[in-house]
Amino acid sequence: MKLKVALFGITREIVGQPTLEVVAADSESVAGLMAHLRAQYPVLGELTSFAVAVNNEYAGPEQQLLEHDEIALIPPVSGG
Amino acid sequence: MHLEITDQPIAVAAVLARVEDAGAGAVNAFVGTVRNQSTGRRVVRLHYESYDSMALRQLQHVAEQAQTHWPMLCQIAVVHRKGTLEIGDVAVVVAVSTPHRAESFAACQFIIDTLKQVVTIWKKEEYEDGTVWVTAHP
Repeated sequence: MKLKVALFGITREIVGQPTLEVVAADSESVAGLMAHLRAQYPVLGELTSFAVAVNNEYAGPEQQLLEHDEIALIPPVSGG
Repeated sequence: MHLEITDQPIAVAAVLARVEDAGAGAVNAFVGTVRNQSTGRRVVRLHYESYDSMALRQLQHVAEQAQTHWPMLCQIAVVHRKGTLEIGDVAVVVAVSTPHRAESFAACQFIIDTLKQVVTIWKKEEYEDGTVWVTAHP
């Protein structure tokens, strides 16, 4: 399946575009997606942390992803 | 409750008006503003980027947690700015109203502290000689 990943802040700058299309196995987990992105963009490993959000909620590593999920890469937030 | 992300200047008095309540004896507000230095470097301006739909969802969770902790809360209003801000501009306003003052201080502090941990807004500081995404690197 194809996953569309939205990027924000420093992750958007690292990747150089606001969204990323990732081809993943049908039952891909959040942890699997994160490993894939770290391998493709090793600089992500230098961040304090990064999380994955699915449909506007923070997702745990075990959560399975679906093709039409709204997925986003969340670097350390710094609002306020 | 009133939760908002805006690219327009925030009028603090208008946010305070959102929490007016006949049952409230206290209104407490936190106003976050842009300062001219950060860790010893002179800041020229700030750029805030927001993932709006998630930021609003997470703000709603924060407000609901506050209501659970302080069931006497009358009204909650949170407005966060995005885009480019100059020194002195208002970046965020949190306002709450409660029957008595002690809970208004506690709830207001809880909301701003938790907002900073979970709400999907990112701050980029611009200096005279470069820019840095705040907290991105250890």
